[in-house]
Amino acid sequence: MAEWNHFSDVEALRREIGRAFEDFGFEQGPSHRVAFLPGREPRRYPLVNLLEDKDHIYVEALTPGVDPKSINLTAMQNRLTLAGEKSGIPGDIKPEAFHRNERASGKFVRTIDLPVEIDETGIQAEYKNGLLVVILPKAEKAKPKQISVKIA
Amino acid sequence: MAERTVAACAQEKATSSREETRSQERYITPPVDIYETTNGLVVTADLPGVAKESLDVRVENNLLTIRGKAAHAAPGGPVYREYGLVNFFRQFELNEKVDQSKISAEVKDGVLTLNLPKAEEAKPRKIEVKAE
Repeated sequence: MAEWNHFSDVEALRREIGRAFEDFGFEQGPSHRVAFLPGREPRRYPLVNLLEDKDHIYVEALTPGVDPKSINLTAMQNRLTLAGEKSGIPGDIKPEAFHRNERASGKFVRTIDLPVEIDETGIQAEYKNGLLVVILPKAEKAKPKQISVKIA
Repeated sequence: MAERTVAACAQEKATSSREETRSQERYITPPVDIYETTNGLVVTADLPGVAKESLDVRVENNLLTIRGKAAHAAPGGPVYREYGLVNFFRQFELNEKVDQSKISAEVKDGVLTLNLPKAEEAKPRKIEVKAE
């Protein structure tokens, strides 16, 4: 039976508002958010950082404990979808055997809109030490062009 | 009340002293799971971005310290940022009932797993009842 809990609703609302403000840059740094807790907090998972250089866009996702084989990446135009599953503690542990239970596990899906168009054929992905890095080559027309100035 | 036997208990140690002495260094507390098995305690911690070489796990005076240096994996200049990776740090006070010489650690996919076996004398013993 689900119990009505005003406090948890208020807390969820507070977090939601906090997140909305964070997106506008009111919060100082995002460095305090590192945990992978899907289903525990109303956040988007996995957390991602976007980086770029002249020819590529890099998506770095925080995925500790995610089996690289479970990761499913799909890309279309300028949208990248990350899906996968983080395995939890083996199921034979009784709840009363836990002293701390702060990590979460489960399936996740997240779609990211990339700032530029990408070349879907050349996408590569690496997984190392709990970080997933997706390397997306920029589409030819999205690359910056050098324009030479002619002296008349 | 749930009945349970706490044979070996890991308690979190306040780490305020570190903050005072090393104020320049920023660190975050990794989330952990600690659970008990018949052989002892298992501690798992999420440490994304920490390579095996930059992970430091030690036991000194019954104090278990987990310290890790996290590094980003992607090159390039930042466009959009949702998280930062700074150093991880967490300490737990161990009970004497943990056999400190047999602690083993393993890191895989950014998750540290520590096995803290119970000392022999702390293990539950089944006592045979003899019937005359």
